[in-house]
Parts: sequence; structure tokens; C-alpha cells
Amino acid sequence: MAAPGGFEGTDFKQEAPAFLGFTRTQLIAFGVMCAVLLVAPFFLYPVFLMKVLCFALFACAFNLLIGYVGLLSFGHAAYFGMGGYLAGHAAKVWGLPPELSILVGGLTGAVLGLVIGWIAIRRQGIYFAMITLAFAQMVYFFCVQAPFTGGEDGIQSIPRGSLFGVIPLNSDFTMYWFTAAIFLIGFLFIHRVIHSPFGMVLKSVRENEPRATSLGYRTDDYKLVAFVLSAALSGVAGGLKSIVFGIATLTDVFWTMSGEVVLMSLVGGLGTIFGPVVGAAVIITMQNYLAEFGAWVTVIQGVIFVLCVLAFRRGIVGEIGNWLRVRL
Amino acid sequence: MNRRHLLATAAASTTLPFAAPRAQGAATLRIGVLTDMSGPYRDPTGPGSVAATQQAVAEFAQRLGVQAEVLQADHQNRPDVGANIARQWYDQGVDVVLDVPTSSVALAISQIAREKNKLFLNSGAATSDLTGPACSPNTIHWTYDTYMLAKGTGAATVRTGGDTWFFITADYAFGHALQRDTATFVERGGGRVLGAARYPFPATTDFSSFLVQAQASRAKVLGLANAGTDTTNCIKQAKEFGLTRNMRIAGLLMSFAEVHSLGLETAEGLLLTEAFYWNLNDRTRAFAARVQPRLPNRAMPTQIQAGCYSATIHYLKAAAAMGVAAAKADARAVVERMKATETDDDAFGPGRIRQDGRKIHPTFLFQVKAPRESRGAWDYYNLVATNPAEEAFRPMAEGNCPLVRG
Amino acid sequence: MDDIFGIPAPLLFGQLLLGLINGAFYALLSLGLAVIFGMLNVINFTHGAQFMLGAFVAWLLLNFLGLGYWWALLLAPIIVGAFGVVLERTMISRLYKLDHLYGLLLTFGVGLIIEGLVRNEFGSSGLPYRIPAELSGAWDLGFMFMPIYRGWVVVVALVACIATWLVIEKTKIGSYLRAATENPALVQAFGINVPRMMTLTYGAGVALAAFAGVLAAPIYSVNPQMGSNLIIIVFAVVVIGGMGSILGSVVTGFGLGIIEGLTKVFWPEASATVIFVVMAIVLLTRPAGLFGRA
Repeated sequence: MAAPGGFEGTDFKQEAPAFLGFTRTQLIAFGVMCAVLLVAPFFLYPVFLMKVLCFALFACAFNLLIGYVGLLSFGHAAYFGMGGYLAGHAAKVWGLPPELSILVGGLTGAVLGLVIGWIAIRRQGIYFAMITLAFAQMVYFFCVQAPFTGGEDGIQSIPRGSLFGVIPLNSDFTMYWFTAAIFLIGFLFIHRVIHSPFGMVLKSVRENEPRATSLGYRTDDYKLVAFVLSAALSGVAGGLKSIVFGIATLTDVFWTMSGEVVLMSLVGGLGTIFGPVVGAAVIITMQNYLAEFGAWVTVIQGVIFVLCVLAFRRGIVGEIGNWLRVRL
Repeated sequence: MNRRHLLATAAASTTLPFAAPRAQGAATLRIGVLTDMSGPYRDPTGPGSVAATQQAVAEFAQRLGVQAEVLQADHQNRPDVGANIARQWYDQGVDVVLDVPTSSVALAISQIAREKNKLFLNSGAATSDLTGPACSPNTIHWTYDTYMLAKGTGAATVRTGGDTWFFITADYAFGHALQRDTATFVERGGGRVLGAARYPFPATTDFSSFLVQAQASRAKVLGLANAGTDTTNCIKQAKEFGLTRNMRIAGLLMSFAEVHSLGLETAEGLLLTEAFYWNLNDRTRAFAARVQPRLPNRAMPTQIQAGCYSATIHYLKAAAAMGVAAAKADARAVVERMKATETDDDAFGPGRIRQDGRKIHPTFLFQVKAPRESRGAWDYYNLVATNPAEEAFRPMAEGNCPLVRG
Repeated sequence: MDDIFGIPAPLLFGQLLLGLINGAFYALLSLGLAVIFGMLNVINFTHGAQFMLGAFVAWLLLNFLGLGYWWALLLAPIIVGAFGVVLERTMISRLYKLDHLYGLLLTFGVGLIIEGLVRNEFGSSGLPYRIPAELSGAWDLGFMFMPIYRGWVVVVALVACIATWLVIEKTKIGSYLRAATENPALVQAFGINVPRMMTLTYGAGVALAAFAGVLAAPIYSVNPQMGSNLIIIVFAVVVIGGMGSILGSVVTGFGLGIIEGLTKVFWPEASATVIFVVMAIVLLTRPAGLFGRA
């Protein structure tokens, strides 16, 4: 039984890490990504790009769990949304600068992830998915009623503030560079985790948990740490989104958001480092173009889900990697 | 939504993610109707609001010598979606965002309009905060609000003997505000509130357990502090559980569209407050007859749709008087101009806009007719009382709007 | 007996009865999920959408063919069940060799498609469906006014649950089914067509969801979200009960309905979250669920 992150019969060329744990091909891909980040705001609407980056970070965080530990969480909206709420609250009510507010968002995700993860990792596979979904729904109901979230109104007019108290972020352009920087830091952090000894143990848990246990690893502890890291980064992504858009709402904690992040990772390629970024860009672009059509967005997302599962399980980046015989 | 409609919206929309706004006629006023096209408020707003706006443009743009274009989008009742569309619209040359039902979305867009110095004309939202603590020099709240509904329906019900109340309240900001405002008028009139049940919104479709609580309270009036399909579901289920035998139901945000969907058999006898009814006088009947062919299912216009019509006319007049270029450049100046001139149109008659951005006009307490009283389709209301414009809305001094000095 | 724990007795009994009605839906839906999972090892995320489809088919039958509630109760499960059979043959059956999570993702996607299409066609505000004339009206129980239709729902749901249990535990088909759950290869070797049995099981589970949908149509207004709101709660019910036994899911369904009803009396604000709290407690004490096999 292959885990969903398992690669389907690709014979990878053995490539030695060239730099920062990247292989040469990965380094090229990383360079392309950075170039796109640099050039894009001169051609595309910066607010749209920032949305893509927030979701790309969110999807990368989610992918850490499914792609490298083999755990499908269907409740990541809880950490993303709660991170957004607390970051917004910190910026608006406590008057914290944006970088600290986003940190608050990350902490929120971590704490919530610790509690939910501690209970959820008692079960595996489908049960794990259902339990995380159920807890996320509980968080959603909490957010509907808790006074600080503003219920249906959400937290509105969250100030962007000034970075380190010095650089005002009101201009979309400045905000974009800040967002891009946070995204890159998050991306490199995840990459580092995956290639650390800790990441190796995670992958062994994914491939064969009983054997990892028999080698003396306390697999539950490893899974929990990975869960908390993933939740924390989701919280950072949510916090970033609140600061960018100045609003934190129930949409971000609702179960459909959990589904969207699964879709982004699936489209891009589960268990690839660049996949979630590409997947997020594709899905957000699609939502943007189809926003007028309301429910058609849901239908098309459903169709993509079905196609990906039936015929396209490697995702975009996974297929490219398979074709080039390299890990991306 | 059929395929042709899809194509039409695709053609009319401009929310593409390009940085540079596309070249556009600098002399065209662009009005974006941002509304609920698919959700619970579609009937009282939605395509009808777009149609009413187009009607106003068709009647007045040429006469005033200006060009105007009407866009539309669906905000799905989500503040983040609405805020995104509005931000993109404003960044790409749209001058006015119009309608916007759902209070949470309206509050978000009011902020954005202020930040970008664009115009926001709200007809569809209920929250009286738009002209209270959250008032803005770029926002005008046109048709109705929670205060006016609470005063109209709450006070009148107490006067006719309904002096003990139990509320079923949607557990979010709007529901709380509506309950609070109504409770104030009930108590001012000498009535008492015996209890309230808050239900999780929007996940609730079965209200039976709250209705059982209401029944156990032995109150005379059941106040429904919710809106749209929640309200109609509550009323239907109240009938099912036999509440209507010994309780009266006051739908605090009931309007023409909800009465229509309930049918007169179920809605008979309900009291409700509105600012517009098509069969009020010769002018409203003339307006309704003109706009009806454009409305989905040839319905009669609701108060919110009439508000879109009225607001568009007043905006076009102000923009024409200032010159289109000046009007596009500075929305605050347009609002000043709109506040300085009296309004007048077929839907609401003469009126004016206060300093806090509140448009005022008379409001009416209606009672829903019994099926046998109704003569023909859409004949639903008996007029019970009229609140004069100056008394119908919250006095400016009580609103805490920062724009109002002294 | 006017007051019990400071709560007026009518209120308490009223809420208990209403909890039983909600429990009936939880039981019917988690039963369908359990049957499908037992045989196919797939968590059917489309279950909520299929429940909603049942209600919509009932509405369509009434408005386009003039067939009323009783026909809908018979036809809607057959129609939606047939759709389920097609779905299983064309898509789900391709995934049996892969990780179970792919089945979850696939059915989630199908659920999105169905919900989106229905919302496009009918809007999201809900369509009215009348209570059949034979079941309208109410009994005056003294402590509360009990609509006849709601009593009917509890009785019918119980009958459906018991019937399913009897089929699985006491008939020959049921014994094949239980055997195939344990060891499909062996059952196949005895000359029983296991793939067809899987298809029919899925169809039957889906039909059960559609049946619940028809029952729900007159109570909740018929709207595209009616299934997705419910299915997540039912997932929690399934986790609490464990998917080991049919009886377990029925008992858990009704039990949690009652717990929810009681919460509405003592602490209404928590009524939306109480089931999830119960789930957390069960997971901490009996990770396999109340009736589950570890």
C-alpha cells in the first residue's frame, strides 16, 4: 500500500546535493521561482500575487504533513484561519507591528496543532482525516460564536502597520516584497526540515511505520512534531493573509478551505517541494478568473479533484519530474 | 444561472489580475452592482438590483448627458470575497459600488471605499453602524437599517398589546444588533423581554428546539432577529409546532420577497416595516410598471431594488452637475454634492441625505393581507401606519458618527 | 414534576424528543457509511451530497412528474442508488488497489461537483417541500406539541436501521457480505462475485442516504448545503461509534442526538460543538471507538 505521497514508479537519477541541500535541478527550479517572484509584480496585480504567495506557503505547510509523513489532514483550515484571526487581533487590538502579528499567528497554529495533533495521531489513515476534519469544524463553530472573531463580520480593517516600526506597508508594492520574503523564508525552512535527519525519520515513518518503530524511533513523537510544524506554518500563512487583505473571516476556517489546500497540493504534486507552489498558483488563478460564476468554481474544483485522483496522481510538478527523471 | 447569463457576466466583468488598468473611456461613469446572486438574499436583491440600476441609467443618463456603464458581481455573502472584488474594481476604474446586502460585507467595503476615495452607495445591508460608529465621508446608506426596522415593528407591536417577547436570534453581529435595538423599543414602550435563544449561524436549518424554548417561555410575541431563509424557515416551523395558536410572530427583517416565498396563507397577519411598496401611490406604481419587465420572473421591485434605482438617479444627477471628470476624480466631493441637494424620484418621493450619510424618507408599517383580501398577484400589504422621514431613523446625535460635530 | 434540575419538564422532554429526531438522521447516515466502509474500505465523502440529492430528487419528482412524498420515498433511493452504482463502477472501483485516502479524495471531489451543480441550478436559498397531508398536523402530548411528521421520521428511521441489521446479520446475502469483508479472496474462491457485491453494497449505502434525504426534505428546506453541514457531524459520530458494528453506529447515532438535545437545554451555545467534545473524550479513552475493533 503506497502512501499518497509515494512516488509512482519513477526511477530518479541519483543527484548529489549541490547547494543548501538542493540538487542541481532543484537549484535551477528554485532560481526560476525567485526570478518569477522578482519580475511578476511589474506585470501582474500585486494583491493577486500576494494571495497566491499566502496560499503557496499554506500548501507547502500542508504538504509537509501529507507528502513527507503520509498523514492526510482534512482540517488545516483551523490553523490557517485561527492564525489569521489572532494575527489580525494582534495587529488591530494589541497594536503589534506586522512581523510580530504574523508570529502570533504562527504560535496560534502551533498551539492548536499541538492539542489537536496530540489527539488525532492516535488513529491513522482515514480515521485521521475524519478526526482532523471534525476538530476543524469544532474550531469553526467556536469562531462563529467567540466575540473576538467578530462572528459573521470577521475582524475588519486590520492595519498593515510598519515593518519593524519603520517601513510602512501601505503601498501594495512594499507589502508584496515583505510577503515574498516571508514566503521564501517559510519555503526554505520546510526544505531544510525535509532534508534534516529529522526529515529522514519522517520519511521512514511514511514508508514503513512498524519498521521505524522497531529501529527504536518513537514515531508518534516524530509525527506530532511534524504536525505542529505544519500547523504553525499554516498559522503564519493565515496571519500573512490577514495583514495583506486587512480582513480575517470565517471563510478561512471553514471546511471548504481545508479541501482547497488539499486540492492545491494534489494538483501541484504531493510530496514534491515545488508542487504546492505551482498548485496554489493554478488554483488561485482559476478562482480569480471564475469568481463571477459563483458555484461553477466549486464544480470545476471537484472535476479537478476527480481527474487528479483517477489519472494524474503525480500532479503537475510530479509529472514533470517523472518525465525528466529528477526529484523536484 | 444559465449559460447565456454566464457569458454575459463574463463579458461585463473586468476582474482580471493585470496590474495596469485597461484603457477605458475616461468619460464613462462605472457603477458596479455587488450583490447576492446565488444565496439567501438573491430574491430581494440580486439580479433585480442590477435591473433597477440599469433602469435608472436608461431613464436618466442620456437626459443628463452622461455615459454610464453597469457592472455586476456576486459576493456570495462573504466579506473577504466582497472586499476583494471591490478592491479590484476600484483599482481598475469603477467609480461606485452599489447595493451590497449582508452587513459584514458592507462594513468591509465601506473601509475600502474610504481608503481609495471612491463612492459606496449601500441599499441592501441592514446594519445601522454604517451611519453610526463606522460612518464614512464616502458612504451613503440608502434604504433601511436595523434601527428603523426595530423602531417600526418593535414599538408598533407593543402598542397593539404584544408586550412580552421571546427572541430567536442568529448568533452573529447582525442578529445581536437587531435583537438589542428591538428590545430597547419594547422596553421603552412598557413591554418585557422574557428570554432569547441564539442559534449557530449559518449551520441551523431546524429551529424546533428553539421554538420549544420560546413556547415554554409563555411570551406573547416571538421576535425573529434573523433574515432571509432563516426567517421563513422559523415561521413555517412555528406553524408546524402550533406556536401561532397563542403567540404572534414579528419578523424583524421581513420584506416583500420573504412574504412572497412564504405565501399569504402562512404570512397572513404579520407586521413588518418597509420604506417602499410598489402599490403605495401613483409614482411608485408608475416606477414598478416601468421596471417590472426587466425583473426576473416579472416580480415587483423590492425596497432594496427600488433603493438601487433611487441612489443611481441621485448619483447621476450629482455627477452630471459636477462634470464627469471631476466626479471620477474625487468621490468625497460627489458625496458632499449629493448631501447638499434634495433627492427626488418615483420610488421614494422627496427626501434628503444627512451629514452622517443616512438617506431619510418616510417608512411604513404594513400588515400582510389574508389570502381572501388580496386582489391579484403581488397585492400583499395593508398600510397600517406611516412614520415621517424625520422620525423614522435614528437621530444623528445618538449614532456616534465621527462625521457629525457638536 | 414541573421542574427537573431547575428546567421546566416540558422543555426537557421536548428537547429530548427533538434530539431523538436528529439522532435518527445521524443513525441512518452513519449506518450507510459503515456498510460502505465495511465492504469497500472507502469513506464515502459523497454521502452528504447523496443525502441532499435524495431530497432534490423528491422535489423534482413532485414538481415535474407530480409524484408525491410516498412515491419519492420509494423512487428517490432507487434513482440515487443507481447513480451510486454507476459512480462505483466507473470511478471508485479503480482505486481499490491504492491507498484508501484516494477513495476519500475522489468522493470528496464528486461531492463538490454535485453540490456545485445543484447550487447553480437551484440557487442556495432552499426550496420548499410540503409535509404530506396524511402526516401533517400534530399531537398534543400535554408537555409539548409534537408534529406527527417528526414522530414518523423517528419510527421509520428505526425500522430502516433494524431492517438493515437483519439483512446483514440474518440473511444469506448478509453472511456473504460479512465473509467478504473479512477475506474477499476466499469468498471469491467460493464462486461468489465479490466485485458485483461491492457495487451493490455501495448502491445500497447510497440509497440509504437518499432515503434519509427524502425523510429530511419536509423538515429542513431542500438546499444544496443540507448534506455537507450534516456529514461532518456524522463523521464524528462514526469516529465515536467505531465502524466495527452496524448496531454500534445506530446506537451511537441516536445517543448523540439525545446528548445534543440535552445540551440545547442546559447550554445552548455549546450545542454545535458538544459532539466533537465527546469525540475527543472517546479518542482519549478508547481510540478504536465505543464499538470498534482496534
